[in-house]
Amino acid sequence: MSGPSGLDGMERLLPPTARRTFLKQLGLGGAALMLPTMLVEACGSSSTTGPAGGLYTLDFSSDTGILNYAYALEQLEAAFYTQVIASPYSGIATNEMNILGDVKQHETLHRDFFKAALGSSAIGTLSFNFSSVDFTSRTSVLATAAALEDTGVAAYNGAGAHIVSPDYLVLAGKIVSVEARHASAIRDLINHEAAATGFAGNDVVNSTTGLDNAQPPSVILPIAGTYITTTITVKNGF
Amino acid sequence: MESTEGLAGLDPEIVARVADSHDEIRRGRSTTPLVAAGLAAASIPVAFAVLATDAFAQGALPTAVVNVLNFALTLEYLESTFYNMGLAASSLIATADLPVFQQIALHENDHVALLQAALGSSAVTSPTFDFSGGSGSGTGPFGNPFADYATFKALSQAFEDTGVRAYKGQVTALQAAAVPSVLTTALQIHSVEARHASMVRRLRGAFADTAPNKGWITLAETDIAGTSATYAGEDNTTQASINLTSLGYTSIVCSEAFDETLTMSAVLAIAGQFIDP
Repeated sequence: MSGPSGLDGMERLLPPTARRTFLKQLGLGGAALMLPTMLVEACGSSSTTGPAGGLYTLDFSSDTGILNYAYALEQLEAAFYTQVIASPYSGIATNEMNILGDVKQHETLHRDFFKAALGSSAIGTLSFNFSSVDFTSRTSVLATAAALEDTGVAAYNGAGAHIVSPDYLVLAGKIVSVEARHASAIRDLINHEAAATGFAGNDVVNSTTGLDNAQPPSVILPIAGTYITTTITVKNGF
Repeated sequence: MESTEGLAGLDPEIVARVADSHDEIRRGRSTTPLVAAGLAAASIPVAFAVLATDAFAQGALPTAVVNVLNFALTLEYLESTFYNMGLAASSLIATADLPVFQQIALHENDHVALLQAALGSSAVTSPTFDFSGGSGSGTGPFGNPFADYATFKALSQAFEDTGVRAYKGQVTALQAAAVPSVLTTALQIHSVEARHASMVRRLRGAFADTAPNKGWITLAETDIAGTSATYAGEDNTTQASINLTSLGYTSIVCSEAFDETLTMSAVLAIAGQFIDP
């Protein structure tokens, strides 16, 4: 495999303010925001897993690659919420703790489930850098949570039509609706007083079509790359 | 290769130019007056029609796809009629909750228009509904939900949670029909129904976010009489042959983290209570 560049380039490519904008713009359909340099068509290997030491390949030519893509995103969510619950922001309301505690459990289960389901085909454990999140700040935590959930919904929606196995497609469906339930609740925590429509706001559900977002890995992975420090190489991406 | 971005990726200006949605209504797509009122209030999306035209000769959607989309359209008729009637009823919906139900109604009316446009002349017409749950008798167990806000909210939750399971139950049929863009669009509706369901569930519990009024479904619990069929099987804790509790999680977490499907016949049995045959 030849010199793959991975998501760790994200930190260099986007200054912090641009990254925040980037997350917000997911809802606007980020085709123009694609960063082709992030995605390298690796050659000479059909492996879905990479060598030890923090380099993994997602090969989207098979369901295994798509499941590992989901596994990567669930690892990200699980790591984020684990840190949120380990040190909750001060003044966290009871219902906020109920929601974030449940979501942490759901996301860590999703992560552990994919690891178990993929078995020896699973990519390894990813590393993360959440230095751009202020875990003492309600605003920062909830904004990040909402962005992660919305990203997850768009990722599963975008990947569904590429899944070959009917069973795995249903599985993705079983998870994506839970991610959407999370997104709705967290967005509502942020917006309820000012705008009670935030749970399914016009920034994420198209008000003309009534459709949620669906995005390909070429859009999702650079967003996830804001936090993932492990190099991920994409093969046969879409 | 099919676009994976679904219809949301289409340029709205192009969509608007291709077809003026009001033509759809003028062509006499039969619908209830309240649905029509809801549709007329919004610009009707016809992106789905663009899609259908793109992928097939007009009127040549595979039969399996037509069947699934008409099933979905029937459920969307039910939801949109329900919300439009609720919003039209005076003093029913609490003022603070109005934006929530207006937003949900907006989406359900969008979905009706989208599916009608996709199906064209193959679209089924709207049934007549009996929201008492009496299959046309008008004397069903839910009485008049438009005169009782608690019942209105309860039925809203049941319809949304049923809708999530209904769409999820049809993804393999759409996959088999090999029309990826329709599958993607169905998934994009599916997750919106889940956003709605979460909000209504939490609203019913006054945002305490405790079972059984969390945004997600705990085991097969429901606090709404007469809705057990909507939640049957949601307590499943085995996915892809893996016993999730063996991973160190409670049955509650395992059930909440995965939503379940419902078959078309199970959904029609539930919806049938609200349809005047």
